Amino acid sequence: MSTNIIQLDDVSFSYEQSIALDHISLQVGDGEFWALIGPNGSGKSTLINIILGLLRPSSGSVKLFGADIDSFRHRERIGYVSQKSNSFNSGFPATVLEVVRSGLARKVGLFKSFSKKDEHRTVEALRIVGMADFAKRNMGELSGGQQQRVFIARALAGEPDLLIMDEPTVGIDQQNVASFYSMLNKLNREHGIAILLVTHEIDLVTDLATHVACLNRTIHFHGRQSEYKKMEDDDISRWYGHPVRRVHQHKDEVER
Amino acid sequence: MITDILSYEFLQNAFLSGLIIGVIAPLLGLFIVVRRLSLIADALSHVALAGIAGSLYLSQQVLFFAALNPVYLGIASAVGGSLLIEKLRGAYRHYEELAIPVILSAGIGLGAIFISLSKGFGSDLIGYLFGSVSAVSRQDLLVVIVIAIIVIVYIRFLYKELFVLSFDAEYAKVSGINPRYIQMVFMIITALVIGASMRIVGILLVSSLMTIPVAAAIQLAKSFKGAMIYSIVFGELAVIIGLITAYHLDIAPGGTIVITSILILLVVLGWKKVQGGRNVRAAKGELV
Repeated sequence: MSTNIIQLDDVSFSYEQSIALDHISLQVGDGEFWALIGPNGSGKSTLINIILGLLRPSSGSVKLFGADIDSFRHRERIGYVSQKSNSFNSGFPATVLEVVRSGLARKVGLFKSFSKKDEHRTVEALRIVGMADFAKRNMGELSGGQQQRVFIARALAGEPDLLIMDEPTVGIDQQNVASFYSMLNKLNREHGIAILLVTHEIDLVTDLATHVACLNRTIHFHGRQSEYKKMEDDDISRWYGHPVRRVHQHKDEVER
Repeated sequence: MITDILSYEFLQNAFLSGLIIGVIAPLLGLFIVVRRLSLIADALSHVALAGIAGSLYLSQQVLFFAALNPVYLGIASAVGGSLLIEKLRGAYRHYEELAIPVILSAGIGLGAIFISLSKGFGSDLIGYLFGSVSAVSRQDLLVVIVIAIIVIVYIRFLYKELFVLSFDAEYAKVSGINPRYIQMVFMIITALVIGASMRIVGILLVSSLMTIPVAAAIQLAKSFKGAMIYSIVFGELAVIIGLITAYHLDIAPGGTIVITSILILLVVLGWKKVQGGRNVRAAKGELV
């Protein structure tokens, strides 16, 4: 039996007085593509920060690749793309290549320099996201969507087994969002990388994801995409706290 | 000039020290600037002033200090100041920049007290404040060499981590790079570079050699490596022109070095403007 990549058992977290996460249990298995959806302020980013080890849960246990998070030493197995990558200092003097290569820092290890092999990995990661031609360009010259692709390449350079993304399409124009998601789909299917994607674009992403988790302080639903699709919009609206209409359901209703 | 350098030891000391700090000050300065820590260098140099003034005062009072090179106490107080800044930044999480004026004022305050208490080290002090061509000893040169080796080893071996930390501190944390120790050592190294540079550029102007060549470099460079090379080239240019001018005019090299680097910055900014204008005209031409 393979161990879960992420295993959360009974995880709770409070910001001073208010409870942000209430007894969360969730397992992400090898090669799965999870969409974590929920309204604003539902605790999605808090949960991601706990998984990344940036926050400590008030109670409960977090395991990564079978190891307790405190003793987990293989951070290079996780690639991370934040929502805030869009707001990096665009005046920073760095080329696309330098930024992507920096994703290998941990894998290469302290006191060592990048090798030829690392250069190849960097170029390969850029090729996967379709940015190989931009390697020598300055980061500040790129559009928001291109920058986000570079940050994904940075996360991919270390050849991670798990990619965690917190609303990576914020700041990317709608035209590019679809091609961005199809790239994620490819990464998951062809490269077998497990993905945990936080998003509010429930229509686009739930078609791609193999699994869906609905969070609003607690996990209201988690399971396969097919089960999620069978849910009534009203149920989801109740969890969200406001009306939610999924596009594909509309289509079904129209066909009926 | 060259025959003078070959025949006078003090000139050799000054020029060799100058050439070395022309490399290490802008090299470390690049990391300081992109991490938006420019003012920290200023604060630390003022803490070094307290150490220098303290050492000069004590040398009048205690025999042991009369034999001690004031640079050592200057470096020690800058290193102490760097650790205090880190502690204060931790205490004021939401107002991290508060640590800088606190430490800066503490440095000047202590410096003022020691300067007032002592009598008659005016010319010595001026040398420390604005740099000196004639006052650099062999011992000072050795200190500069040792510090340069430490700085270059630090940057050579922690380049990846420093880059990640400078570009994206959150990502550094997520990827398991512990910023605490790297940052702590970074502050100490900054204090050391200030200590190494103050004999030549002077306490009041040392932070400018760390920031102005970098300010010019990041206008031109597309890559981080490029910014590093430009910073060092501009730093060296400023030091060489500044030292030669200071020697010929018999004035403090701190002033000439800094003004030279300002002139380099102005030339670079002017060049960028001309280039920008040309690009706009070219784009318009394409439209036509």
